[in-house]
Amino acid sequence: MKIGIAGSLESNDCLVTIKDSDVLSIKVQSIVDAFYHDQIVELIQTVLEDVNMAHVDVTVIDKGALNYTIKARLLTALHRMEASHA
Amino acid sequence: MKNNLGREIFDQMKAFASSDAFEQEKRRLINTKTTEGSVVFLKNIEETFKYVGLKNGMTISFHHHLRNGDKVINFVCDAIKKEGFKDITIAASSLFPNNGPLVELIKDQTITGIVTNYINGPIANAVGMGDLKKPLIMDTHGGRARAIESGDLKIDVAFIATPAVDKEGNGSGKFGPSACGTLGYAIQDLMYAKKVVLISDYMTDNIIEPELSKHYVDAILMVDKIGDSEGIVSGTTKITRDPVGRKIARDTVKVLEALNLIKDGFSMQTGAGGISLAVVEYVKNIMISKNIKARFASGGITGQYVDMLENNLVDTLYDVQCFDLKAARSYRENRRHIAISASKYGNPFEDNPVVNDLDFVILGATEVDLDFNVNVTTDSLGQIMGGSGGHADTAHGAKVTIIVTNLLKARLPIIKEKVTCVTTPGEDIDIVVTERGIAINPLRTDLIETLSKTKLPILTMKELMNIAHDIAGIPSNYEMSKEPIGYVRYRDGSIIDTLYKIK
Amino acid sequence: MHRSYLFIPGNHPAMLQNADIFGADAVIFDLEDAVSITEKDSARQLMKAYFETIKKPNFSIYVRINALTSSLGAIDLNMVMNEIVEGIVLPKATVNDIKMLSKLLDTFENARRIKKKTVIIPIIETAKAVFEIGQIAQLPRVSALLLGAEDLTGDMEIERTKQGIEIEYPRAKIAFACKAFEIEAIDTPFTDVTDDEGLEKDALHAKSLGMNAKCAIHPNQLESINRTFTPSQTAIDEALRIVKADEDAQKHHRGVFSLNGKMVDKPVVDRAKKLLIKAKHFGMLGEEYEK
Repeated sequence: MKIGIAGSLESNDCLVTIKDSDVLSIKVQSIVDAFYHDQIVELIQTVLEDVNMAHVDVTVIDKGALNYTIKARLLTALHRMEASHA
Repeated sequence: MKNNLGREIFDQMKAFASSDAFEQEKRRLINTKTTEGSVVFLKNIEETFKYVGLKNGMTISFHHHLRNGDKVINFVCDAIKKEGFKDITIAASSLFPNNGPLVELIKDQTITGIVTNYINGPIANAVGMGDLKKPLIMDTHGGRARAIESGDLKIDVAFIATPAVDKEGNGSGKFGPSACGTLGYAIQDLMYAKKVVLISDYMTDNIIEPELSKHYVDAILMVDKIGDSEGIVSGTTKITRDPVGRKIARDTVKVLEALNLIKDGFSMQTGAGGISLAVVEYVKNIMISKNIKARFASGGITGQYVDMLENNLVDTLYDVQCFDLKAARSYRENRRHIAISASKYGNPFEDNPVVNDLDFVILGATEVDLDFNVNVTTDSLGQIMGGSGGHADTAHGAKVTIIVTNLLKARLPIIKEKVTCVTTPGEDIDIVVTERGIAINPLRTDLIETLSKTKLPILTMKELMNIAHDIAGIPSNYEMSKEPIGYVRYRDGSIIDTLYKIK
Repeated sequence: MHRSYLFIPGNHPAMLQNADIFGADAVIFDLEDAVSITEKDSARQLMKAYFETIKKPNFSIYVRINALTSSLGAIDLNMVMNEIVEGIVLPKATVNDIKMLSKLLDTFENARRIKKKTVIIPIIETAKAVFEIGQIAQLPRVSALLLGAEDLTGDMEIERTKQGIEIEYPRAKIAFACKAFEIEAIDTPFTDVTDDEGLEKDALHAKSLGMNAKCAIHPNQLESINRTFTPSQTAIDEALRIVKADEDAQKHHRGVFSLNGKMVDKPVVDRAKKLLIKAKHFGMLGEEYEK
């Protein structure tokens, strides 16, 4: 199985884990879930669409990261997953 | 029904109208009693309960001067459970995480009511889950004094943790292994409770100027230990190194200077949060460089203020509570370090409470809204995690009330359209200083006029909120539960907001 | 014209999102020493996303890339080149490296249609760089020289002290080279972030040698640095008096005149004018002098 991990559990950061998968799965657990959960999921969907990744299992543990941080961690995790295969 | 701030409150209760509505009311006072100094020394807690006639359904009171090191609340409550009492209401000026063992007693309905000014930790969580049978009542420090003296909060037995007692039955916070300094929050309990028990671990000869006079005391119970001195020291008395907090503190001081509030004979109060402490440090430096002396500082007193007192930067400290052992030492040794009761501090019906003499006060916030209302009682999900303490009292009394807060905490904008819970009404909040701008209450046209001539980043509250939204995104609406579990009582006794069960 | 350059670790979201509030004239986002070798990819990606997000920053943006002698430097550039980036801070700079970087920048600017010229701030942190300093200061794109005293003293195998006698020579040499070729001289960071007094002393000393800016490695250092490198009110008042007196003297066709018992000639007037330009830049002049 391919896997990529990026980010951290420091405040304002998030830890993203991506695995290859048959179906798209996005799990987000955030300290600001009550206010931003849906927006974070939407952001992840958009990024995945942009890079054409439909078959991944994404888990995000978020410590209050802003959107650009989440996007950057997601992309790094994706690249690391790809690299782990190579 | 709704109060004047548009907050839903319990029916048939006195609705909050405005922060100065109390001026139309008369002070109500129940009788104090005197014991003529006939104080009895008791052997153990069981005997004490019998002596004071403790019964099911009674209200017992405590103070929080021993803070997170207090052992008396847990000790008394544990005995109450063992003796099988039920339906007890706890009227404690504050409850801290170390009072966690009370959760079991709340669940089995030994304790069914809580009246307090500040509450965090396991009890707050349990109450938030709906475990407390009766509604939680959250007062202000001054409001609690008012509630007690007026009989709105009837105390059957006050159990007063007392660092030192003498054979006559007097009590003091100055001496003993658990010396915590002033006992300002216990004074109304002492005067108005039907029965008063001092619980102490230190007996001394003849206390000269006792904070607790034997004339009100019924009984004394000696125990092994009333507190842990380590827990007495508040955990928040360090000046922040956080650059965001320091930036807020620096801008706050620029505001104070622009308003010419730091001048000879001024008076101030600040909280014990890291930003407030940094503000005091900067103010102190200005005072030294410009040779300025303050008339007084008040409230909870920290070692920082003691330094200022001892270096003659301030004339007098009016101390309702010592935040650290340095303050407790100073209170014991320095005649210009004066103890005041919660009533003298912030009771709106006092002739001239200390808060009314304040030139400015620096306070914190967990949320502020577009109407300048401040929440320090709950988090944004409605979970109780604090309370007014002296927030609403000083905000009303001081000529200028300044809130210092980060604009964002872990992505969450602190400025909301509506706060989750109103602790202090917006009409009493003048200036909000954040790291990305300063908002001034439109009611204070005088402040707006002065500050808009400076280079300070003055914005409207709406603009500040929009900046937060630009950075973090607009938070989605969070629907709280509709199930009330308590209410916030404003200092005049009216109801300012309702507390809800958390989801 | 900058007084302060704040280093912010490139992989630190909490500091990144507050970069605009600390009061730094310039921020150097660091991909080199502040980022561990295993997190370089993560930091680059974060920088890229951050640059694409922020609008109208109130500070100048620089990026310290990894040395070009490693393969990392070029990858860094590829990720961070963006219209918003004012310049690249180049570690272990030598004449050859700077020329190479300049060529790379040409390529990226063309390919990405970046209209402005990205500048280069070489870090002088090897004995060789100190030796080549006159040459380095003249290279195209080079807008400032930054002294890196930690690495430099390491290279020299000499002790680095708080007093900094060991860096007196490179400090002076950088200041002279920068003045000669009209670029900025940026002083090395003061590494004890809790010693506010030490910082103040160090910055004042650097200023006295001719440095006109200093790096900060913690936001709490910025207030002191900005204050040190801003003309003081006393100096501004004095300069205003000199310029005013000079204008009067001009009217009476006098070259040399005296002010408060001191002779004032052209060099003194020129110095006063330079100081006022600086004061104006940092908003220290009242509206009546905004000319």
